Amino acid sequence: MTELGFPLLSLVTFLPLVGCVILMTIRGDEATVATNAKWAALWTSLIVFAVSLVLWFRFDQREAGFQFVESVSWLPEYGIGYRMGVDGISVLFILLATALTPICILASWDSITTRVREFMLSFLILETMMVGMFSALDFVVFYMFFEGVLIPMFLIIGVWGHVRRVYAAIKFFLYTLTGSVLMLLALLAMRSYAGTTDIPTLMKTSFPVAMQTWLFFAFFASFAVKVPMWPVHTWLPDAHVEAPTAGSVILAGVLLKMGAYGFLRFSVPMLPEASAHFAPFIYSLSVIAIIYTSLVALAQDNMKKLIAYSSVAHMGMVTIGIFSFNIQGIQGALFQMLSHGIVAGALFLCVGVVYDRMHTLEINRYGGLANRMPGYALVFMLFTMASVGLPGTSGFVGEFLVITGAVQVNFWLALLAATTMVLGAAYMLYLYRRIIFGSLTRADLRAILDLSPREYAVFMPLIVLTLWMGIYPSAFTHFFDASVEAMVSHHAAAMAHQVQLAGVPAR
Amino acid sequence: MIYAVAILAPLAGALVSGLSGRVIGDRAAQAVSIFVMVLAAVCGSIAFFSLANSDMEPAFVSLGSWVDVGTFHADWDLRYDTLSAAMVAMVTFVSTLIHIYSVGYMGHDKYPKYRFFAYLNLFTFAMLMLVTADNLLQLFFGWEGVGLASYLLIGYWYDRPAACAAAIKAFLVNRIADVFFAVGIALTFVKFGTIEFNSIFAAVPQHVADTYAIFGGSYPALEVIAFLLFIGAMGKSAQIGLHVWLPDAMEGPTPVSALIHAATMVTAGVFLMARMSPVMEFAPTALAFVTFIGATTALFAATVGCVQNDIKRVIAYSTCSQLGYMFAAAGVGAYQVSMYHLITHAFFKALLFLGAGSVIHAMSDEQDMRRMGGLAKYAPWTCALMWIGNLALAGIPPLAGSWSKDAIISATYAAGSGVGTYAFFCTVAAAFLTAFYSWRLLFMTFHGRSNADPHALEHAHESPFVMVGPLLVLAVGAIFAGWLLNNWFIGEGSAEFWRGSIYNLPGKDILARLEQVPTLVEYLPLGMAIAGIALAYLFYIANPRLPVRLADSYAGIYRFLLNKWYFDELYNAILVRPAMRLAAFLWHTGDARLIDGMPNGLAALAAGSSRETVKLQTGSIAVYAFTMLIGVVALVSVFLVFR
Repeated sequence: MTELGFPLLSLVTFLPLVGCVILMTIRGDEATVATNAKWAALWTSLIVFAVSLVLWFRFDQREAGFQFVESVSWLPEYGIGYRMGVDGISVLFILLATALTPICILASWDSITTRVREFMLSFLILETMMVGMFSALDFVVFYMFFEGVLIPMFLIIGVWGHVRRVYAAIKFFLYTLTGSVLMLLALLAMRSYAGTTDIPTLMKTSFPVAMQTWLFFAFFASFAVKVPMWPVHTWLPDAHVEAPTAGSVILAGVLLKMGAYGFLRFSVPMLPEASAHFAPFIYSLSVIAIIYTSLVALAQDNMKKLIAYSSVAHMGMVTIGIFSFNIQGIQGALFQMLSHGIVAGALFLCVGVVYDRMHTLEINRYGGLANRMPGYALVFMLFTMASVGLPGTSGFVGEFLVITGAVQVNFWLALLAATTMVLGAAYMLYLYRRIIFGSLTRADLRAILDLSPREYAVFMPLIVLTLWMGIYPSAFTHFFDASVEAMVSHHAAAMAHQVQLAGVPAR
Repeated sequence: MIYAVAILAPLAGALVSGLSGRVIGDRAAQAVSIFVMVLAAVCGSIAFFSLANSDMEPAFVSLGSWVDVGTFHADWDLRYDTLSAAMVAMVTFVSTLIHIYSVGYMGHDKYPKYRFFAYLNLFTFAMLMLVTADNLLQLFFGWEGVGLASYLLIGYWYDRPAACAAAIKAFLVNRIADVFFAVGIALTFVKFGTIEFNSIFAAVPQHVADTYAIFGGSYPALEVIAFLLFIGAMGKSAQIGLHVWLPDAMEGPTPVSALIHAATMVTAGVFLMARMSPVMEFAPTALAFVTFIGATTALFAATVGCVQNDIKRVIAYSTCSQLGYMFAAAGVGAYQVSMYHLITHAFFKALLFLGAGSVIHAMSDEQDMRRMGGLAKYAPWTCALMWIGNLALAGIPPLAGSWSKDAIISATYAAGSGVGTYAFFCTVAAAFLTAFYSWRLLFMTFHGRSNADPHALEHAHESPFVMVGPLLVLAVGAIFAGWLLNNWFIGEGSAEFWRGSIYNLPGKDILARLEQVPTLVEYLPLGMAIAGIALAYLFYIANPRLPVRLADSYAGIYRFLLNKWYFDELYNAILVRPAMRLAAFLWHTGDARLIDGMPNGLAALAAGSSRETVKLQTGSIAVYAFTMLIGVVALVSVFLVFR
């Protein structure tokens, strides 16, 4: 079936569902169920992570195409099959999803107290959907997982969220669903043109330019909301503020990457002419996102909202990188996605730490925590700096590569994108100052406790990853070298072909 | 290799004392920090002298690969040539002394001290990475690393709002410059296909004719790159326009000011110019701009320094001014001279800052010179050492400053260009002001009548030996460094000493022409310095009421200088406040009302219209029948009309 002899990707995808079945069978009073459900979910996610590590070790970095491919006939009369596989672009996102899930489960250990089993179930189902989405090689399968992600996330926000959770959950759901409907149309159009929904085949199909334009906008509607790009970003701050900590972590960590992944998997390789044609449009929206949302972040007085807005700005860098169509830009975008997944996730965990203690997200309710929580201050500082893009942390590499990619397109694009270095530092340092620095004036903060061993355990893998990615990023970039190179040359070839056609005099 | 030990030891120290400081305790953490610094200083000095006294070619210590994407490569490498090794020796040496001094200075601090020493170690490591970088990206790593350490150390007393604000300001102003620096690095990669120094330098001649299109025109690519890199340098080295963070940075503990904001970090921009000299030399317009900015800063900062009352701020503006001198020299192609001044300046400016720290320590944290005076009898050692530092700064022979500063002034004269002449007049005028504010500081602090708070005077005392000792060592440097280094840095042995690590265009023999300037030019700085000292004596010892009267009669000018040319107010008015207002506007109006208004409005519309529709269903048969009747009438009439 695969070179390993067993369907690894399907295993990673559906193993969490096995965990779900185990969770369903737990019997006993509420406290017992909660404890056992937590342990069962943690073990399931750890096992899934361990299995997924095979990808890290067995993935062939020199190979540009898809690996670990599985193919089962499903609906052959419609050209639809159950096909799974990974290339350099998707493989690390699977690992990101499987690594963040146990961290999220551990982070909700004490903070989720109601319907614990259902919460854990939602998380495991979410993991299945995320992994499935990144490994799907058939458009229909992809679409099912892509939409499937919405359901557990909707529940996580809507059931375990804060006061305005229902508003936020519905907003999240409607925004992302509206976009996806257009993608479904695009899917049908592509299938009727190419006769198959096999992604590798579609990547080699060249669609007529007029059709590409419509397809591009259909995809854009779906992915831009997911990224999110300005001006369809306003669901994100609300979703983040209302979601429980773990929900925010997985939302920022993995779900935000789905849009950018979609651009890379569909728009750029399948619709090269349209992508090139609309790239300036994407640049404009991205630059606006960077400057606009950074400024809005500066004005926030809610911790989670601030970090949510910063995510929009950081994803603006990602979209610039993707649509620069050169190796540095796209690799920078991919790296920034991974880095943001870890750093933004960690920042939400940092917020969760003090939220669990004080039950408020208002920045003004804090101040002077460095005094009582030196360990926390250090961890928070590290991730603040990673978010700011300090060299030596993961945030820098992606940001700098995107700037290098952008300057090959246009000087001003690079300079405007680089303003994120100033604006990002402004809102993050301002946040840090208001929470950690200053003098401790509030009586209820005097008794606040520093990080517990469980919290250290949650942060430790993220700290290691942030520094590892910052000091030796090649360990990660080598995964996507070959695939990105193939994508860039594919794009260049398509563009050259178009120029050739345009050069033919019209009769 | 011994060179790598010098650079990596501070990192190890930072990790040990920073992460385990709470466990092993302050004393152990301090001991670790100082031990690694002594080790680094010994190794750094050995590395420097063995390179200077041999004819070794520039070498590298490779530590591994960093970023490797497509054709974009950057490795972790330590460059071992004269320029780097000289900086390593200076940085480790000064840093070690300041670590030792800090034991005394921070002795009474209320916070645990391991944090302070870990930050100092971290700073030293980042600075060493900066000066030993073998490619632009690693240089940028060090560049940002020192920025982080500076941020942490300025905001060390984090419960003081002023310190937090100054820390953020320093980081942000530097970052504004770094945007240009980063784009400059990216552009270097695009043009040269590499960011590794040797490959760039080798390829420069092939790219002289390259152009790059911005601002609707096309400009030589090397000029664009040189401009971008210099703007980066302006931020770090606090040149006019981007200098606003440096005076505020004095909120940090005084050893920090001495190490970061005088001797090492702020000189990184000057180092960058020297390091990139093979590129800068081919960008004459950018070089002229460098000289212009440097000379202007030298004069501007000196004028402001003359009226400040905070002892540390006077020295901060002095630093700003001296950095301007260095850039002025670099801009006329005399990079060797600017490096020479960089090294001598490190000695006497660190000495001055630490001396000021000793005064502040003696006066129970008083920094306002108006509440000092006559301290010479309480702190005789500090007073004598501060005299040495100021003599060196003002350029009185044979102390260090006279060698290097006079060389800069001669170089601007020898350049013979228009901007060189401008720089000559600015630097000469600044030399006068430098002497004036230096002796103003000495007189207001140590001599004349005491205006000090009697309480503070009761406790006034000479600092302990752990603080005076480092001052003594620095004073020796401030006296002899100029004389000792002259031959190597700018004298006959200079070509052999630098061994190509600094590049000059073949036609530009500015070093050779230094000796040929007219005698008048040679002695002008000294005359200026003596005049400045005399004026300070007149104002602050002979007739102390004179400056007050002067300030009253020229109140406008005085306020303009006292408020530092209103740069802060200007930036607040045109940048900071509008940005905050725009931020609030974008959030409340842009996001909440406009962008969210549409979907929320749609939702409200749908909900509202369905509510209205619901009302139609009244359940009354009469209403339904009447409605149907109207419908039928309408349909029939439409049918009849359009038949």
